[in-house]
Amino acid sequence: MSSLLFHPALPILIGAFLVLRLNGTARSIVLLGAPLVCLAFVWMTADGVILSIPYMEWTLEPFKADKMSRLFATVFGLMAFAGNLYALKQEKVLELFSANIYIAFSLGVVFAGDLITVFVFWELMALASSTVIFSAGTDTARAAGMRYLMIHLLGGVVLMAGIAGEVSATGSIAFTSMLPDTLPRALILAGFLLNTGAPPFSAWVPDSYPEASYSGMVFLSAFTTKTAVYVLARGFPGAEILIFIGLFMIFYGIIYGLCENNARKMLGYSIVNQVGFMVTAIGIGSALAINGAVAHAFAHIIYKALLIMATGSVFYVTGKRKFTEYGGLFRTMPLTAICCIIGGLSISAFPFTSGFVSKAMTAEAAYVGEYYWVWYLLAAGTAGVFLDVGIKLQYFVFFGKDSGQRPPEPPIHMRAAMVFFAVLCVGIGVAPQLFYQLLPYAQEYEPNTPDHIVTQFQILLFSGAAFFLFLKYYGWHLVNSLTLDFDWFYRVWGRKIAVAFTQNSGSARDSIIDDLSKGAKQTIDRIHHRHGPAGVLARTMPTGRMVFWAIVMLAVYLLVDFAFM
Amino acid sequence: MLDQLPAIIIAVPLIAAAVCAIIRNETICWLIALVVAFVSFVGSATMLGQVQQYGEDISYKLGGWAPPAGIEYKVDLLAGYVLVLVSLIATAVLIYGRQSVKVEIKKSMQGWYYTMYLLCMCGLLGIVITGDAFNAFVFMEISSLSMYTLIALGKDRRAVAAAYQYLILGTIGATMYVIGVGLLFTLTGTLNLADLAVRLGPMLDTPAAIAGMAFIIVGLSLKIALFPLHLWLPNAYAFAPSAVTAFLAATATKVSIYLLMRYLYTVFGFGFAIEQTPIPEVVMVLSLLAIFAGSFTAIFQENVKRMLAYSSVAQIGYITLGIALANATGLTGSLVHIFNHAVMKGALFMLVGGIAMQIGTVRLSDMAGAGKAMPLTMFGFVLGGFSMLGVPGTVGFVSKWYLAMGALENGWWWVVALLMLSSLLVLVYMGRVIEVAFFRERPADAVPLKEAPKSMIMTAWVFILACVYLGFDTSFTVGVAEQAVNVLLGGAQ
Repeated sequence: MSSLLFHPALPILIGAFLVLRLNGTARSIVLLGAPLVCLAFVWMTADGVILSIPYMEWTLEPFKADKMSRLFATVFGLMAFAGNLYALKQEKVLELFSANIYIAFSLGVVFAGDLITVFVFWELMALASSTVIFSAGTDTARAAGMRYLMIHLLGGVVLMAGIAGEVSATGSIAFTSMLPDTLPRALILAGFLLNTGAPPFSAWVPDSYPEASYSGMVFLSAFTTKTAVYVLARGFPGAEILIFIGLFMIFYGIIYGLCENNARKMLGYSIVNQVGFMVTAIGIGSALAINGAVAHAFAHIIYKALLIMATGSVFYVTGKRKFTEYGGLFRTMPLTAICCIIGGLSISAFPFTSGFVSKAMTAEAAYVGEYYWVWYLLAAGTAGVFLDVGIKLQYFVFFGKDSGQRPPEPPIHMRAAMVFFAVLCVGIGVAPQLFYQLLPYAQEYEPNTPDHIVTQFQILLFSGAAFFLFLKYYGWHLVNSLTLDFDWFYRVWGRKIAVAFTQNSGSARDSIIDDLSKGAKQTIDRIHHRHGPAGVLARTMPTGRMVFWAIVMLAVYLLVDFAFM
Repeated sequence: MLDQLPAIIIAVPLIAAAVCAIIRNETICWLIALVVAFVSFVGSATMLGQVQQYGEDISYKLGGWAPPAGIEYKVDLLAGYVLVLVSLIATAVLIYGRQSVKVEIKKSMQGWYYTMYLLCMCGLLGIVITGDAFNAFVFMEISSLSMYTLIALGKDRRAVAAAYQYLILGTIGATMYVIGVGLLFTLTGTLNLADLAVRLGPMLDTPAAIAGMAFIIVGLSLKIALFPLHLWLPNAYAFAPSAVTAFLAATATKVSIYLLMRYLYTVFGFGFAIEQTPIPEVVMVLSLLAIFAGSFTAIFQENVKRMLAYSSVAQIGYITLGIALANATGLTGSLVHIFNHAVMKGALFMLVGGIAMQIGTVRLSDMAGAGKAMPLTMFGFVLGGFSMLGVPGTVGFVSKWYLAMGALENGWWWVVALLMLSSLLVLVYMGRVIEVAFFRERPADAVPLKEAPKSMIMTAWVFILACVYLGFDTSFTVGVAEQAVNVLLGGAQ
């Protein structure tokens, strides 16, 4: 049990509770110190099962580590550090608290060795992350947080049903690699996929994340989807259906992202798109592909957080969210712009950035695994990402038409967080071999070869040319478009159902009972013509209604028992 | 002395009730009640221990008359398990409820409260321990009549109406039960449950036996508040004094469920009632309806006590679902949930009692911002909510897990899906309270709040912690339940 004291989630969890009580410098020290202790714990953790607890008839393994869990924990720790640095002056203590317990719970998933532990932390993550959204404090955030929570708990329900079935079938709660070949396993896969933003529920990402505060979205972008990538990589490597789902996500993210005018929302779509690359890689399932997925998750957390920090800074200083309200901010926010551009280049897999060295592996794995059509689609997807985040975002926010605004740079701690991640983006891209040593499978792979770099430049060049060719039409389109997604169904119909329930729950039940009793009444009236006073059923007092039901139930039991004898 | 235990745990509360009725001083009555309840608890636990240790049921011949002619008190594992539950809750609620009773019940009535409380406990224990069909009816009436009085003691004037409603319906239920027993008696000439099971065997398919069975099932369903016969329950729970609600919710319906299990599985028998008649199917449909109708209605309640009451309707559905599953795993889930639900719902009602005392109402809108002023209460509510939700590591998970496994054994996938879905509804209604308490600001003009008295908070927290402890260490609940299931299924195999 004492080994639990060295669980990497623990420092962050304790830090979260301390943040509730502390102020000023002490709070800053805890916010920055806890992730560092966590990182130290991550690298002190040995391989294998470190803690097991007997629970009901099984053995829980709440603390189990290997290379893959350490890699994810490392990037989560880095993210916790940079995120806390960025949010250092966040006045909403609730957000800092829930963001940090959220990080701790996602570390819980990463070190979970059995399905029950995964499930527990999975659900706790959903609760904590929705609190991050709630704590933005606006009405739209509250509504979005509620939608987010309902979707995720629905996913949890599917996951639990799957786990129950799996345990019932195999008698084991071990979390090992499997294929979705039985119904329980398919349910587990569906539960995992929901958190990646897979279709048809992709819309929860762009719907909810942008409603969080400027710093809240930085935290959210990193953990839920990437924890899902982690469990998929561990649980379902080589499940071919993931290739199709992943490719769908890639293009879904690009197309909806292009149509989006809200910068933060566009980054939400871009999360779906990037996770699509990882899901595709997991579907391919070879060692190189899994390395690619995991490396991409690592790189993605960093550059996506960087992008969200940069747009968050712009949002923080201008209070505006839409592309059409920005423009020309480069003049007064050069550092933010440079960081944002580095993030944009990374996400577009520009050579010598982190995105390039990680995405290259997935493409290579598709090629080696003879999924040629996948290779082509991945290349097209890369071009599309460049269009979205590499150019559109930078162009409309920092360059383009001058909006006349001259906002200052964000505060120093926010700049520091951005610079930290920008340096990481470039560092990984320049020295990929160091980074590759962290990956779960040993490999000999060099991304920075001349022909590889030239190919990538060609893709990006044409993609960039396309953007500027269609720019004239595009600006108009941004202002006037409204995109429709699957969430229309649950948002519109869901509300109708809910409204129907709130307004009519009492009367609806009464009217159903009335309808039912009308038919029965005539029958019973005949039977009890002399014995019972007519109109007993019409009485609104529950006593009368209950007696009626008692008689109905008696009749039911008598009828069915005699009928089936 | 030990031989007399079965009689002691019934007779002592009965006599103590009479003593309380004479004394009627609040402090003395409370002390008497506490000691008596504790004695009953120790007695019950001892008997359960003996049965477990020697593997032999305790049979006590009342007045020395041998069964089947005389009345027999019988303690097997199942009865012992429920006895421990009832007496444990009774003791805890006495510790918890004294402060709350002082506030919520008129001074002149407080002595009567303890009188009725003891009578009620005596009746509930009696139903469980007796091996006699008619004697069970007598105890049922003792517990019910005292229960009506307890509910009517509520400060809210609607409590009287609620008690009256419960009285009418409870009487109808008891009448149906006694009609059923009468039919069986005319057929067999015996009232002893074990003897009844033997003699009824060859006559089960006669119309009289089937009619008797239907009457007994419906009568008990009324007492259980199994959907759609649940309408008495929300009002009774909502308007009764807080302590009464905590006691009632944790014990009264459970005892009737125990009796229903006894009848279905041992008297009418697994081979007949479960395998040959469609009763399990009917009970399953009703249970699922109870789960969903109860939860949906709970979502739209403004009164938190009433919300928890509707949630009880749903939770009863989980317990009866296990009866319908009719396999060892499902029944274990059912028995475990009897205990677990008592613990968690008892805890929640205790916490709500504290809220009622401090805020003065239990309306949801009046609880805005209560999280800051009453952190212990509201944090307990969060943990209790987790347990209701069935988060692993809490008791709620253990029982739902067994139920789900039982459903899977029968191949009922869709029942598992519905079980899981129903948790979402729990989240919505518990989440509403938590949202209001933690995420809303307390209005500036509202009265300043502080925590409820220590005795209330501490008892409630013991139960909350039990929710977590018993969620990890299942050796008592699951351990005893798994053996107790043999009492029910033993006859069939």
